[in-house]
Amino acid sequence: MIEVNKQGEVWIFAEQHAGKLEEVPVELMSKGRELADKLNVPLAAVLLGSQVADQCERLGHYGADKVYLAEHPLLEHYQTGSYAKIICGLIEKYKPQIVLYGASPCGRDLAPRVASTMRAGLTADCTDLQIGSHEIKKTGQVFDNLLLQIRPAFGGNIIATIINYDRWPQMATVREGVMPMPTPNVSKKAQVVKETVHLSQDDLAIEILAEHRQQRKVNLKASRVIVAGGAGVGSKDNFKLIWDLAHCLGAAPGATRAAVDLGFIDRDHQIGQTGTTVRPILYVAAGISGAIQHQAGMSESQKIIAINNDPEAPIFSIAHYKVVGDLMQVIPMMIKAIKEKV
Amino acid sequence: MGYHCVVLVKQVPDTKRITGQAMNEDGTVNRAALPAIFNPEDLNALEMALEIKDNHGGSVTVITMGLPTAADMLREALYRGADRAVLITDRRCAASDTLATSYILSCGVRKLNPDIVLCGRQAIDGDTAQVGPQTAEKLGLPQVTYVEHILKLDGTTLVARRNLGNGWQEVKTALPALLTVVDSANEPRAPRALRLMKYKAAQCRIEIEAMAKDDPSVDVEAMCKMLDDKGLLIHQWDLDYLGADLQWCGRDGSPTKVHRIQSVVLTAKEAKDIEPTQSGIDAMVHELIVDHTIG
Repeated sequence: MIEVNKQGEVWIFAEQHAGKLEEVPVELMSKGRELADKLNVPLAAVLLGSQVADQCERLGHYGADKVYLAEHPLLEHYQTGSYAKIICGLIEKYKPQIVLYGASPCGRDLAPRVASTMRAGLTADCTDLQIGSHEIKKTGQVFDNLLLQIRPAFGGNIIATIINYDRWPQMATVREGVMPMPTPNVSKKAQVVKETVHLSQDDLAIEILAEHRQQRKVNLKASRVIVAGGAGVGSKDNFKLIWDLAHCLGAAPGATRAAVDLGFIDRDHQIGQTGTTVRPILYVAAGISGAIQHQAGMSESQKIIAINNDPEAPIFSIAHYKVVGDLMQVIPMMIKAIKEKV
Repeated sequence: MGYHCVVLVKQVPDTKRITGQAMNEDGTVNRAALPAIFNPEDLNALEMALEIKDNHGGSVTVITMGLPTAADMLREALYRGADRAVLITDRRCAASDTLATSYILSCGVRKLNPDIVLCGRQAIDGDTAQVGPQTAEKLGLPQVTYVEHILKLDGTTLVARRNLGNGWQEVKTALPALLTVVDSANEPRAPRALRLMKYKAAQCRIEIEAMAKDDPSVDVEAMCKMLDDKGLLIHQWDLDYLGADLQWCGRDGSPTKVHRIQSVVLTAKEAKDIEPTQSGIDAMVHELIVDHTIG
């Protein structure tokens, strides 16, 4: 636990794999920059690994004022104990006021361990972060410039804003894909602060015997247009229409959890609370009723076309174009219209 | 030899199946109207513990922190195969965030002296996935998150396969250790009829006390002893029994506070109704091409 420290920096855990920065810390940079500017403090990235110094430059381009660099052969592969030990040491040394992590499998493994050691607060899976004040109603005591940690809870049925005003640092993991990628500025350089690392084999509680990473078959987050199908598509055969429309729009095919569970399409295509979060320019939702868990992953889309034969389907409440009709007829009409460039 | 597995479980409102009855008229969810269920991934953790017992011997204890009504979930765990159930219930646990919850759970787990601690990756009411790692830290145990399979157990070490979403990892660690289990790990076994017949009589002290209120002939102490002798007592622990430091429990022990709660209201946006005809669709596609959304 560290004391409340209004001069403390804003930190981002710069998750890397095999010496290359992951996407999520880069996504966090623009939000981190905004928070640091509001608080008038530096934005720093915390980079751990073995021979990863070449990534500092990119962190500068994306907005970091500083990079705390901790290199050691034993930090080559992420594991909870060694990484948590280094990060806790840095937090005690520099007393940042905010520490953000991507809500990736790695970030969700690491951040709670750090929070428990530091006896600090941690909010999981935030979809937005802001700076604001909080008043304790009973005493009238007001805390300014706190990190407002905003996240869906209760299966997406409520939005909770969480704060921690007395035990710092304020920490949060942030959902992948919800923050826009910043544009790099190649003239911006970060100050690199090299840290001395003391680690021994005793700090490694885990031995990694084997690992396999597969490329996702589809990159939903990078797609400008997504055509998604739900259980209402009816069958794997019918789902071919979703692929056809996606193909003719240069779009990525997506799906609801229900459609994935029914075997219409591979899990890599799942969008929603338990899948990928997307914010494309256009989202076509066909045969999707619009359960709140699905909406959580796509409601930020700039334009939504909903096609459903049930006029009461909740998806229509967030759609910009409502097509009440049979998708088996409507989709071929769309394909025809697009091909003819009406 | 066998292993003593302790499974951390939680009773949660069923947030995944929200029916019309649980909806308020303004489009928000009435949380109190949701049925209470066994957190789904905790069932996967329980199943993994029961498989360890089936294959290697030992015993399985389930432990929860919750309201007295969580005894229903503990009975369900007994029906499915757990040997022993512990309910940590105390008003001073109220308003605990994940940090305070893990502290309290760690005090309980310490009393049970397990070889392996298991829990679901996350609970469906908060989806934080924090209590597992935080409990491991409080206990000073290595954590292995997102476990799908236990590949090897040799008395002193464990090899497990983790599902990382975009791949997998096989890791080895010394025991004792804490594992968080994902839903793709297994198919939880159903309650067994014979066990149901036996364990439906299982009760915790607070339930027996409630009975005694209605029926003065019930002797609470005698009944607790009788149930305990038969292996039917759901052990009920409070913070005093745990020797917990109160400054780390409940509201005081929770660094995170709620600033605001907003219900998600499904509201209508500016929307255009499109006729499901070729001319209707043509007009829509034309508009999207003109404003450079597509094409």
